[in-house]
Order: sequence, then structure tokens, then C-alpha cells
Amino acid sequence: MAKGRIIIDVDRCKGCGLCIQHCPVHILELDLTTTNIKGYTPLIVNDPDKCIACSFCAMMCPDSVITVERFIKE
Amino acid sequence: MKTKRVYEPTKGLTERALSYCPGCTHGIIHKLVAEVLEEQGLLGETIGVASVGCSVMNYEFFNCDMQQAPHGRAPAVATGIKRVKPDKTVFTYQGDGDLASIGMAEVVHSAHRSENITVIFVNNAIYGMTGGQMAPTTLIGQKTSTSPEGRNQLTTGLPIRVSEMLATIPGATYLERVSVHDPKHVRLAKKAIQKAFDVQTKKQGFSMIEFISTCPVNWGMTPTDSLAWAVDSMIPYYPLGVYKDATKPGDDDA
Repeated sequence: MAKGRIIIDVDRCKGCGLCIQHCPVHILELDLTTTNIKGYTPLIVNDPDKCIACSFCAMMCPDSVITVERFIKE
Repeated sequence: MKTKRVYEPTKGLTERALSYCPGCTHGIIHKLVAEVLEEQGLLGETIGVASVGCSVMNYEFFNCDMQQAPHGRAPAVATGIKRVKPDKTVFTYQGDGDLASIGMAEVVHSAHRSENITVIFVNNAIYGMTGGQMAPTTLIGQKTSTSPEGRNQLTTGLPIRVSEMLATIPGATYLERVSVHDPKHVRLAKKAIQKAFDVQTKKQGFSMIEFISTCPVNWGMTPTDSLAWAVDSMIPYYPLGVYKDATKPGDDDA
């Protein structure tokens, strides 16, 4: 069960991979099947259920691509 | 399911996409400075001074008032702004080609005068924008477009350690060298920026935060490899830490 989720602003992504390197649960990768408006291969989440909403990816992103939301129990 | 935003893009940066190459840590450093200004409620009270280099366009990115300075002269321009408007927060954002080479005099004299400004110094050991030439901070043996055999100590001397040099100046109040190569160090770097702006808000004098940064394109590495190179090669020569803290213990209460 995911503890949160990330929202990716695809067209800002430059595909540098710093987020992928620092994700502790290894659920990020570059989507090599497509390109964004800048011509880079953008970030996707390959296993959203494992996200722990730690924000490491967003902290390491140089281009403010990632927003992190944590789920709250009702 | 209800959600709570735990990390969102800071309002301290404009909507405009940064002009930096993929994986350049300029973006992380921009974000940290902007986050600190936003959290301290200083965005409307701040005047930044842009330098020359890759960060020459940063007046487009910071969501506060900005002024462009001639090459290396950002601390001199910031001095003028701070003296005319002493109630504003004034910071400069400079790279190593700007601050450590042509602008060395300005930063040294600003520190000597203990000007109440904050200098954000981004050290990536190379001239980025102009095509990867050797900078004063280029490491011995590092290959650049003007030192294709690697920097030679006999002809070009040793790399300049700016923080250590400024620490010998009585007027400098707070000097720290930080890195942004992993989330832990990003957090520590943010604390350092908070401290630097605190020093300025309390009118205690000159503060400078030096960042170990990367230049994946001109180093000829992938962004992830260049972070590893910064850790393995740059940090041993440019050790992280606080080089001077002349803030007095009782000043926090003032």
C-alpha cells in the first residue's frame, strides 16, 4: 500500500535521472518510449504502490518537476 | 483518499523553466535559496544580484527583485544596494569563474568591509557557460578545454580555496561550505542558507555559503556520475564545514 504519490510535471523534466538515483525504493525510471515537449525522455513511476512519500526525488530534482503528496487516513 | 502536500515547487521561483543543462545542480541551489526566502517571508523584501556565467539569467527565475551586475562585480553592486536600502535583504548568486577569478577583489573587499550581504557561491571547478575552460578552482589534473593534459600545478598554481581564504578576514561573519549531492546534504545546505540570511537579518555582517556543484556537460559525465565525481574528487580538496562563525552566542535572543 502506497503511503503517498508523486505528481510529475512531464514537460519540465530534462531526464537527468538524479531522482532515480536517490529513490530509496527504486520505483522511478525514464520513459524511453516517449519524449516530452523539450525532447527529453521524461520520468515515470513504474510501481506507484511502493511510494513512501519521502520527497527525496523532489529534493534532488533541479527543475522543480515533482510534487509529493502523502495519503492521510480518514 | 485525503492527501497532504509534503513537497511542492516553491513560490520563490517563477514558472519559467530553468535554462540549465540536465542534471546541473544550479537548479537545486536555486530551489534552496528560493525556499528559504519564501519560508522566512523575505520574498517581497529581497533584492538579488545576478552574476555573469551560467547563472546570468537568474533574474528570470528568482521571484524577487533582481539586478544584473557586470562580470564579478556582484558584491560591489550588492554593497551599493544594501547601503541605499539597508532594510532589504540583499544576496548575490555567483559561480566560481565569476567570484573566484575576475570578481576575487570584490568579494575579498566586501568581506573586509563586513558588508551586511549574503553571497551564494557555486563552485563547480570549471567555466560552464563559455565551454568548459579552466577556472581558478579547477582541480590539479582535471582536464578542461584549456588544460587538455590536465591542470598543471607548475604553470597554473593550486586551486583556490575561497572559504578558507575568506575565513582569515576579520570582517567575515559566517562562512560555510556545503554540497547538494544527496538529500541529507541538501537539507544541511538549506540550514546553512537559513543561517546566512539570519546573520544578515540581524545585521551581523558578511556571510557566504559555498556550494560544491557539478557541470555534467563540461566534465563529460552523466549527471549521476558527476555527483559521484564531486564527492570523490572535489570534497577531499574542498572539505565541507563551517569555516567561520563570528556570530555571538547571545545574538540569537537579540
